Amino acid sequence: MNINNVIQSLLFLAVLIISIKPLGIYMAYIYEGKPIGINVWLVPIEKWLYRISGVDSETEMPWKEYAIAMMIFNIIGIFIVFLLQRIQAFLPLNPMNMPNVPEDLSFNTAVSFATNTNWQSYGGETTLSYFTQMIGLTVQNFVSAATGMALILPLIRGFMQKQKETIGNFWVDLTRSVLYVLLPLAIVFALVLISCGVIQTFRPSIKTSLLQITKNEKGDIISEQTIALGPAASQIAIKQLGTNGGGFFNVNSAHPFENPDALTNFLELIAILLIPAALCYSFGYMVGDVRQGMALLAVMLIIFIPCLLGSVYFEQKGNPVFKNFNIDQQATNLQPGGNMEGKEARFGIVNSSIWAVSTTAASNGSINSMHDSHTPMSGLIQMWLMQIGEVIFGGVGSGLYGMISFAIVAVFISGLMIGRTPEYLGKKIESYEMKMASIMILIPPILVLGGTAIAVVLPEAKAAILNHGPHGFSEVLYAFSSAGNNNGSAFAGLGVNTFFYNISLGIAMFCARYFLAIPILAIAGSLSKKKIIPVSQGTLPTYTPLFVTFLTMIVIIVGALTFFPALALGPIVEHLMM
Amino acid sequence: MFKNQIKPAIFMFLILTIVTGIIYPLVITGIAQLVFSEKANGSIIYKDGKPIGSKFIGQSFDDPKYFWGRLSATTPAYNAASSSGSNLGPLNPQLINNVKARVKALTISDPDNKNPIPVDLVTSSASGLDPHISVAGAMYQIGRVVRLQGIREETLKSIVKKHTCGRFLGLIGEPVVNVLELNLELNENRMK
Repeated sequence: MNINNVIQSLLFLAVLIISIKPLGIYMAYIYEGKPIGINVWLVPIEKWLYRISGVDSETEMPWKEYAIAMMIFNIIGIFIVFLLQRIQAFLPLNPMNMPNVPEDLSFNTAVSFATNTNWQSYGGETTLSYFTQMIGLTVQNFVSAATGMALILPLIRGFMQKQKETIGNFWVDLTRSVLYVLLPLAIVFALVLISCGVIQTFRPSIKTSLLQITKNEKGDIISEQTIALGPAASQIAIKQLGTNGGGFFNVNSAHPFENPDALTNFLELIAILLIPAALCYSFGYMVGDVRQGMALLAVMLIIFIPCLLGSVYFEQKGNPVFKNFNIDQQATNLQPGGNMEGKEARFGIVNSSIWAVSTTAASNGSINSMHDSHTPMSGLIQMWLMQIGEVIFGGVGSGLYGMISFAIVAVFISGLMIGRTPEYLGKKIESYEMKMASIMILIPPILVLGGTAIAVVLPEAKAAILNHGPHGFSEVLYAFSSAGNNNGSAFAGLGVNTFFYNISLGIAMFCARYFLAIPILAIAGSLSKKKIIPVSQGTLPTYTPLFVTFLTMIVIIVGALTFFPALALGPIVEHLMM
Repeated sequence: MFKNQIKPAIFMFLILTIVTGIIYPLVITGIAQLVFSEKANGSIIYKDGKPIGSKFIGQSFDDPKYFWGRLSATTPAYNAASSSGSNLGPLNPQLINNVKARVKALTISDPDNKNPIPVDLVTSSASGLDPHISVAGAMYQIGRVVRLQGIREETLKSIVKKHTCGRFLGLIGEPVVNVLELNLELNENRMK
């Protein structure tokens, strides 16, 4: 820790927190259908869109129909992305002549992008054509994020409505998320990125000469460099805003063309947390009590900030093994010092750590440093933030509904403790809501721990491990933590482009997304049918510091108890070995 | 219930694909090519009309007369068609070997330099294409380059300074030196 680390972290948090309110209010207006900003101009387009799609935007859906609409739309997405990869060699915009992608990898990528995970078994610049990246992946970056954002709305309506069977119209919620929130933000952001040096071109790779001619390991002379290009900025803008995280290039936002300098890095960092954080404000605003949203945001920040400081601390301490050599790891005005393996010089320690913690807290999954090369404790923080269910900011929409499911559990437990009927935002929480919330909390750990357990006994799965010993176990645990919570980042040493990992992680991503999305809609449907209980002396307020502390404890305890044994075998053992 | 949603699903998917997958990237590309043509196409550096590198993509240097950059885990080093980090964990013996080899190479090329080596010079970058080193990393190499290029230390320091990029607004990021631009200028000087 040095003064510069603290300043940069505070600056990041300050800009993030300032941006929450305006965007939060804007989104609340949009979702309530009130005129604000650009939607005044775009309403005719929205109406036209419904007309040709045969959507009756005035008709609301019961929760089951909402779920069916959401599932059909998402399954079409999976199918199309799969198909595009399988036939990309015959399609246009393929200047580097990329061949068709194998079945298992196509399946993995398709599920990965439709579920807002953006796990990457493939290397962007070596596998996919520009056509697949645009028509397949960029589209999913928008619509998977919009699906997540849409899913939060029935829940809000569930709290607000009295004895109503319907919970809103999926197509309306989806379209508004894309048209009024994601698209305008992405357009502005993409152009800003390009002005800083992020590439956006349809030209093929360019060959340049080298200043110093070198030899490779075999002794062949190398006199030129092939530089991969492509329409990157348009995808990067939405991948950060929509907590997607799938990079245009293999090394994601560590690539100088995706993230060329300190400014782009700062803006991309803000973009990672912006919408998930602002949605908390929208939530409070829409349920008529901003304090309720701020309480959830407070829980997120209470867990996020220590994780951030912890990661910076351990990374800045550096690698103790290097002390045996004449190597300077001390931070000064002239160098960041610390554990620089797998980090870019322009980001140094603090910006790599802020990123690593933000991208795993939100279910973004883009990276600007190699998480596999982080110190064990920093790696532990990243894994744990995913394992607690991607509720610390989490995915756009999905993070908030995950946190609300924890809040439902928290009011239920506190209701039992004080002997009152549990209620949240004026609605009684009964066994049906508890069952659904429990399913949502239990599924990810089953996927993570079950998947890891299977992988570490299968010889072909173990063969993919790069770093042996406890770090190798961490690689596998990280992979399933990431897929089982729709994050998408990786300890990239694990060679995951194999049949076993492509299929198993694909299934984990699918279950983690939809087996949580459907129960949350069921909760919304059930809440919607209930009466609103007026606030009385017996109501447990859910915006007080006491409740915030209680909810934080619930999140931490569930995460800690479930994953401590697994974390002990991986990063904790490795830390003790250092 | 199921059938009612099929038509909207297909049409919505088609239209959103056209909007976000075709119109959006094309509009962005159009504006980029008109307004930021140089940057949007990779900030390529040209000399006599021939491309000789990109401002943002590092090149491999192990000749002692040049400044050296970060280690690169791509094959071959600084392969800008296939970016990659080493992904080695902090205790991996391979990492230790790589570090040792780099320490040795730096020491052999400059035996009298007993200063501690800045850590970024002995570790590999995340992308394998890092165009920068820390300012400390450049300072460490100045003595060697001065000797082998036969220029004055003051001159070299001012060239290094010219290619140093400080923190954004003095606060954000890390100060870094662009290795390729620095070496290109050294080369120009020598040609004169």
